[in-house]
Amino acid sequence: MHNLNPEDFSCPLPIMEYETIQLAHGSGGRLSAELVSRFFLPRFGNETLNRLEDQAVVDFSQGRLALTTDSFVVDPLFFPGGDIGDLAINGTVNDVCMSGATPLYLAAAFIIEEGLPMVTLHRILLSMEKAAKSAGVQIVTGDTKVVNRGCCDKIFITTTGVGRVPAEANISAANLQAGDTIILSGSIGDHGMAILTSREGLSFASRVQSDTAALNGLVARMLQASPAIHAMRDPTRGGLATTLNEFAAASGAGIVLQEAAIPVRPEVRGACEVLGIDPMYVANEGKLVAVVPGEVAGTVVAAMRSHPLGREAAIIGEVVAENRGMVVMRNALGAQRIVDMPVGEQLPRIC
Amino acid sequence: MCLAIPGRVVEIFQENGLLMGHIDYSGTVNTICLEYVPEIAVGQYTVVHAGFALSVLNEEEAQQSFAAWRELTQAVAAQGTDVFGNPLEK
Amino acid sequence: MKYVDEYRDPALAVRLLAEIRQTVTRPWVVMEICGGHTHAIMKNGLDQLLPAQVELVHGPGCPVCVTPVETIDRAVAIAARPEVIFTSFGDMLRVPGSSSSLFMAKSAGADVRMVYSPLEAVALARQNPEREVVFLAVGFETTAPGNGMALLQAKREGLTNFSLLASHVLVPPAIRALLSSPANRVQGYLAPGHVCTIMGWQEYVPLAEEFKVPIVVTGFELLDILAGLLMVLRQLEAGEHGVENQYGRSVSRDGNPGAQRIMAEVFAVRDRPWRGIGVLPASGLVIREHLAAYDAERKFAVETIRVREPEACQSGSVLQGLIKPDGCPAFGRECTPEHPLGATMVSGEGACAAYYKYHRTSHA
Repeated sequence: MHNLNPEDFSCPLPIMEYETIQLAHGSGGRLSAELVSRFFLPRFGNETLNRLEDQAVVDFSQGRLALTTDSFVVDPLFFPGGDIGDLAINGTVNDVCMSGATPLYLAAAFIIEEGLPMVTLHRILLSMEKAAKSAGVQIVTGDTKVVNRGCCDKIFITTTGVGRVPAEANISAANLQAGDTIILSGSIGDHGMAILTSREGLSFASRVQSDTAALNGLVARMLQASPAIHAMRDPTRGGLATTLNEFAAASGAGIVLQEAAIPVRPEVRGACEVLGIDPMYVANEGKLVAVVPGEVAGTVVAAMRSHPLGREAAIIGEVVAENRGMVVMRNALGAQRIVDMPVGEQLPRIC
Repeated sequence: MCLAIPGRVVEIFQENGLLMGHIDYSGTVNTICLEYVPEIAVGQYTVVHAGFALSVLNEEEAQQSFAAWRELTQAVAAQGTDVFGNPLEK
Repeated sequence: MKYVDEYRDPALAVRLLAEIRQTVTRPWVVMEICGGHTHAIMKNGLDQLLPAQVELVHGPGCPVCVTPVETIDRAVAIAARPEVIFTSFGDMLRVPGSSSSLFMAKSAGADVRMVYSPLEAVALARQNPEREVVFLAVGFETTAPGNGMALLQAKREGLTNFSLLASHVLVPPAIRALLSSPANRVQGYLAPGHVCTIMGWQEYVPLAEEFKVPIVVTGFELLDILAGLLMVLRQLEAGEHGVENQYGRSVSRDGNPGAQRIMAEVFAVRDRPWRGIGVLPASGLVIREHLAAYDAERKFAVETIRVREPEACQSGSVLQGLIKPDGCPAFGRECTPEHPLGATMVSGEGACAAYYKYHRTSHA
């Protein structure tokens, strides 16, 4: 279960007539207004959002914008190490900053199933507030809809983010060059296994914690160390294997990984072994993989290790001229195997 | 064919009339049926398949294999290189 | 992880590989029966590291791969019933039947749920007395006792809304069939360590005697497989044949008597079809007559669903070791993990999928 947060007590549930979300909360009438003023504004309130216009109008200096959007659906809503709320903030902040951009503003849209307990919504909003503060971004506009029971699974959240891209950053999956070094910011598989082992029906009393975190601080430190980063992504759905395959496909370069260099936490590995799942394909929500010129790799890794989210940063492989468009893993015995794109979601297996 | 993973028994209890246990795999714990290994004790290792413990792992046998392998392969001076003769990266 | 990490020690693996090289003086064909072995061999790249004289053939030891198409079709038919909660291990959900899979049935509205243990399916039956909970009971001797135990537990609790769609298979009859085939090329066997954990290694003694082949019961980690291979190769080189137990930390002569008892109480041995291979005598398990109330085939009257296997798929030849997966004309072309023609491409443990995932030499 989700740990009780002291802030849950300092922000008591706002008093409302209903204990659960009603269709009328999405009708645009009095209940809608009440939901916004009592639930959303106290959490996210800022000068721009408080105007409650149909759009957010923000100042923006000249240059390049990074813009991204992502929808968040997760079962269970609350899992060890996080919940749908901080996931919705961190996921979008991470997608913005993988371009090297500094994330500035978010928009958040909520689709809520009627009957969702108010206390659940409140908990999610508290978590979003905390995550947004910690990432240094403002939620400046949003929307709420309520749908009939059964038309969505409790709550879906879509967040859209914008950020300012620094002039010197030129980060793209197409930029890989032979001789580049591949750096991973930490252990893989934590988020996906936290979700899988907390699903009902899998008999786990697990200690796997999600790694959900906003990576913009880490990225800023990396860019400070060297603006020459060629490519960067956060390996979410499909895991590290999928992201590296995307790099190889986009650039036409080959990637060789050293199996022993890829960190996997013992409890994550334990859960993966039990369920027959390969951590290379398991989702992460607080990790990034960066491709940098070989000569700056040491500097970038050192910078990453000086940040709390990059303490376990490691060089895991290199970009080569052979095996074009493919990812290959070399094991400690010197044998190589292909690391392919996954076909679909990995399923627990018995054989 | 049959994915089965060794884990350590950390707790033994009855549930719905069945002998059950919590098994720890390096920090991840799940609930497993111990009906086929009634002799098992907390702290022992078992091999787990699809929710059932299959056997109590025999530490003595395990030690013997390692001793045998070391002896068996002592003559081979390939230590430090992989099978292609390249230095091993540990 | 204790009992895992020390069995993946690369330095010891190198020594065992060198010992294998020194032992082998001529070509040998060895079959690993179990899909778990196939997976570990491909994942560790052992096929690249062994001397060229040692040919590994991947056997039919993947219960998903040998489950007949008609069993999938029966599962899909039962799952489609509105009162049914259909439960299965994750392995079976994507396996194609003749026109649908359980995943496709789920998209079409069926209540299909994945479980890790058959006891979770029993719990669902307990929690949903108004629904019928059906569990797709596949697997070899390793899995059959647990599935049998789930049935007995439901009976003990008086749950009348629980049943098994059973499709269990046995290893020794499959080895017998392979060895009896005039096309057999295999000279030695790695026997499945977890099946033998339940059944004991003595089951394989008559096979080794009758067919004069070495059989080594082998574990699933890197060092286990190398040590098992070395034991088979030593016997072959010395002209010996017998059963040896490499996996002594888990396997004994007689196996697990409690598990065997449950198996015998719930299931009876019958002839049964293996996908891609055909009917093998006394190679399957069916639910005993007195437990018919827990047999989903009878409860939902799906025994009449009969299907012919598709012909383009050569999984039968692959499972018998007659061709390598990439020797099939459809491999990597009409047949990929995205669009599998046969189950050997569907299951992560299937020989074709393992080849596709780790070792597409034609593309590399």
